[in-house]
Amino acid sequence: MTAWVRLCVASCLLLLAASAAVAQQPFITVASTTSTEESGLFGYLLPAFTKETGIQVRVVAVGTGQALKIGEHGDCDVVFVHDTAAELAFVERGFGLDRRDVMYNDFVLVGPRGDPAHVDGGKDIVVAFREIADAKAPFVARGDDSGTSKAEMRLWSEADIDPKRAEAGWYRDTGSGMGPTLNMAAAMDGYTLSDRGTWLSFKNKQNLKIVVEGDRRLFNQYGVMLVNPAKHPYVKQDLGRKFIDWLISAAGQETIAGYRIDGAQLFFPDTRGPPS
Amino acid sequence: MHDLLDALAAAWQLVLSGDPTLVAIVSLSLGISLTAVVLASILGLPLGATLAVLRFPGRNAATVVVNALMGLPPVVAGLFVYLLLSRSGPLGSLGLLFTPTAMVIAQVVLVTPIIAAVARQMLEDLWREYRDLYFLDGASRVRTVCSLLWLGRFSLLTAVLAGVGRAVAEVGAILIVGGNIAGVTRTMTTAIALETSRGDLALALGLGIILLSLILAINATAQFVRNTARRAAAI
Repeated sequence: MTAWVRLCVASCLLLLAASAAVAQQPFITVASTTSTEESGLFGYLLPAFTKETGIQVRVVAVGTGQALKIGEHGDCDVVFVHDTAAELAFVERGFGLDRRDVMYNDFVLVGPRGDPAHVDGGKDIVVAFREIADAKAPFVARGDDSGTSKAEMRLWSEADIDPKRAEAGWYRDTGSGMGPTLNMAAAMDGYTLSDRGTWLSFKNKQNLKIVVEGDRRLFNQYGVMLVNPAKHPYVKQDLGRKFIDWLISAAGQETIAGYRIDGAQLFFPDTRGPPS
Repeated sequence: MHDLLDALAAAWQLVLSGDPTLVAIVSLSLGISLTAVVLASILGLPLGATLAVLRFPGRNAATVVVNALMGLPPVVAGLFVYLLLSRSGPLGSLGLLFTPTAMVIAQVVLVTPIIAAVARQMLEDLWREYRDLYFLDGASRVRTVCSLLWLGRFSLLTAVLAGVGRAVAEVGAILIVGGNIAGVTRTMTTAIALETSRGDLALALGLGIILLSLILAINATAQFVRNTARRAAAI
């Protein structure tokens, strides 16, 4: 039995040694959203930052709700998400510092070419939501506490509709990320609200197209903040601050503006919030 | 049909291109899973043998627990390890969350019960056959467990391979504790999940085909080694 114990101890030491070997280059961990990762923005933006500063950025891409939770636990150094109300609450509760607006993009309403709710070309997103509910056309929802999900729920409440209590099963709450939700909308010819970045880089569009866009209520603001080092002493505040400063610097903002897919700009740099 | 052909083409292209990202992802996948299986074997095989040989109060209960843990949902194991390793958790000071080490730990949690349970079943049958010999010999318990493991080494390979299968194919646990960070904790399975969400179904399935070929190769190698060794041992 002692041999067994010795082996266990040896393997634990091996594990620790292996993990120490990984941490060579200085790095920060950023909790962010699926929209920034899946749209390919980080793949374009982060190498530029790393090249300039030598700091590696490790992105954990989850929904906004979960990203804030990771920050709350102190498991990342910087949070980069898109739900201003939840971000301000996060700072208010003392978990985050120095929240800054970084950029915005917009949401688009995506739907099947057949357009059973006749909303194509509309300019008023709330009216379009009402028409979808009236037509009981399939609507595929994130339902995962993400920034997109919260924006969608705000639009339903502006339309005076509670889709979660709607009958006839036209409202499908999938509890998944933007990509899987778009996959489902494509498969069942449903409508869904997507951020433009994920939509543009999404490769399985099938019969889907943008039906409503351009409403001011569809602006989608991204903010960045440092996890409060007073709560979590492990937070690499110097490196984290460098990242935040770079994002809002002229160089960072230009890089964000330079990211395009098929000529279309995905994110609009703005350190003062979107135009109203 | 169109998508399936695209996937085959994507798999071929990936393999032929020798893409360094792909090589890194594949090595990380294999490194994590094989390390986890080695550690889980070190823990699970003696545990299985102990359950097969020793008679102690609570042995039946322990067997039931080990068997039940074979069905542990990866997401639950991942969440458990996540909370353990989180900066706010009991082992937070180690700073292991979102590292390959955390992924190894989560897979050890998942794989150990499988190896232990399968090993216990096999060794119990063996034990029934040889019990009287061991009693005559007057061997100590530790020696009995060790010699039984040695005696059953060829069939125990199946227990280990079951563990490899679970580890290499698993995504729920490593996604949570690894975070699917590009270049750091992205493995075959988490990359497949990501490409599926990006709607690049051909690339996702292509990666899946490569993963499946690797699992086949591992099993074929194991089979070959077992046959060769068995012939050499002449049993």
